[in-house]
Amino acid sequence: MASHAREIAMDRRDAGKVVSIRNLVRHFTLKGVLDGIDLDIGRGEFVALLGRSGSGKSTLLRAIADLDREAKGSGTILAPRNLSVVFQDARLLPWKRVLDNVVLGLDAPDAQARGRRALAEVEMAGRERSWPYELSGGEQQRVALARCLVREPALLLADEPFGALDALTRIRMHALLRKLAAVHRPCVLLVTHDVDEAIELADRILVLDAGRIEADLAVAPYRATSAKHEELKLRLLSLLGVETAPQAGDHSKSAHAS
Amino acid sequence: MNVAFGQIAMEDEVDLVQPARAAFRSPDEAPARRRLGLDRPLSYGWVLGPVLVILIWSVGSATGWIDSRILPAPWVAIHTAADLFQQGRLQDNIAVSAWRAAQGLFWGVTLGVIFALLSGLTLLGGYLIDGLVQIKRAIPSLALIPLFVLWFGIGEPMKVIVVALGVFIPIYIQTHNALRGIDIKHVELAESLGLNHAQFIRHVVLPGALPGFLLGLRFGVMGAWLGLVVVEQLNATSGIGYMITLARTYAQSDIILVGLVVYAVLGVSSDLAVRFLESRVLSWRRTLAK
Repeated sequence: MASHAREIAMDRRDAGKVVSIRNLVRHFTLKGVLDGIDLDIGRGEFVALLGRSGSGKSTLLRAIADLDREAKGSGTILAPRNLSVVFQDARLLPWKRVLDNVVLGLDAPDAQARGRRALAEVEMAGRERSWPYELSGGEQQRVALARCLVREPALLLADEPFGALDALTRIRMHALLRKLAAVHRPCVLLVTHDVDEAIELADRILVLDAGRIEADLAVAPYRATSAKHEELKLRLLSLLGVETAPQAGDHSKSAHAS
Repeated sequence: MNVAFGQIAMEDEVDLVQPARAAFRSPDEAPARRRLGLDRPLSYGWVLGPVLVILIWSVGSATGWIDSRILPAPWVAIHTAADLFQQGRLQDNIAVSAWRAAQGLFWGVTLGVIFALLSGLTLLGGYLIDGLVQIKRAIPSLALIPLFVLWFGIGEPMKVIVVALGVFIPIYIQTHNALRGIDIKHVELAESLGLNHAQFIRHVVLPGALPGFLLGLRFGVMGAWLGLVVVEQLNATSGIGYMITLARTYAQSDIILVGLVVYAVLGVSSDLAVRFLESRVLSWRRTLAK
């Protein structure tokens, strides 16, 4: 069991903060994974967490979601009870039809109707009765998004949700996620290793390295011009240890940190 | 390399294209690429082997190559079956055997599932039950029969118990294995969705273990008939096994043959029935052989 304190009580949290983490340390057997994380995420904020493989970005997300029971560590995590997780694989139960996957574990009497609405929002109306295996990877991930939406989470945790999708599907999913975030205004923490994805989607970008937050940048000031955009991208890439000489006409190229 | 290109080159045989011909191959010259893996199987392809055996058997019997005292001809067996049917012996014995198999199957499946659930879903149940079942697995049912005769006599209960044990083991093993083998990713999902324990068992564990149970059932129905063969040849006064034992005493190899065919037909058809059930219940599963 994790030895760090985990607080869920709403009244103990600062107003306006959805997630509040203090001095979080986590380690698995030998290697330290999180080495003193302090992080506050405000209401409605869209935060991208960038980092190289092994930097601890998934570990941080899983710590907030309380998924790693075996982890040892210290520190405090304040997170809302109604959080939802989107995994890299859509993780639909193969023996449940799409709608049943969406409303899984939902007790409300209007669960079915809400599930249908959520599916319509992710542009999957009409596929309620499909089996998961009949869907493409992008469609499965949209159903997984609907499964989160229907729970109206205060916090959405997404662990490289588009990592397994092809480039074209990823563009469509980015647009969908942006639209959903604008409508529902949940607090989002998106783990990714794709710098372009982080800049495109997030209000705020964190760079994690060796279990510590190396940078915490607001994206808005860089959105003004494409030169500014490029400046942020290069800065993030250098933080991630990728050195690239500035090139003209490189804007469309996707850059991966790992 | 482009095959269509090669065809064009083949059609107008000009010297100029000659050097290229080595690289291009026309489709009817040789297959462009050898496919790895198997082609799509025919739905009833599996009958080829049995049909071939019956064919060789018929030819052997007709030419006198197979001695009819050792193995009667197929048509003799069919004739004997018709006789036995007219006398009422065949259907009576089948009914007795089927009733024994059904009872054994019922108890074996019921207890197998209950014990698998106890041992698969709780740690204590696992500690108590699993070791015992693994030990039982190592002891052949045949070796237990003398003890069962002492305990339960030579009547119907003993026979049903032997059959039930033969069913219990595969049902238990496969179901328990499936219950314990639930994907950790699905467990994480259930936790992240805030499912309670009952919902987790109902929506994740039980449906996830269903393929394992059905596999166990396939072994189980076969096991029921196999158990029957053993008990009915030991101390029975009715049933297909008894019919075979009696025929052995009088060296009636045609009746033995009929009995064996009946066992085979019953075994294969009950396996087909379970597979049909499987395809209906597990329609969510995409399999290679639809």
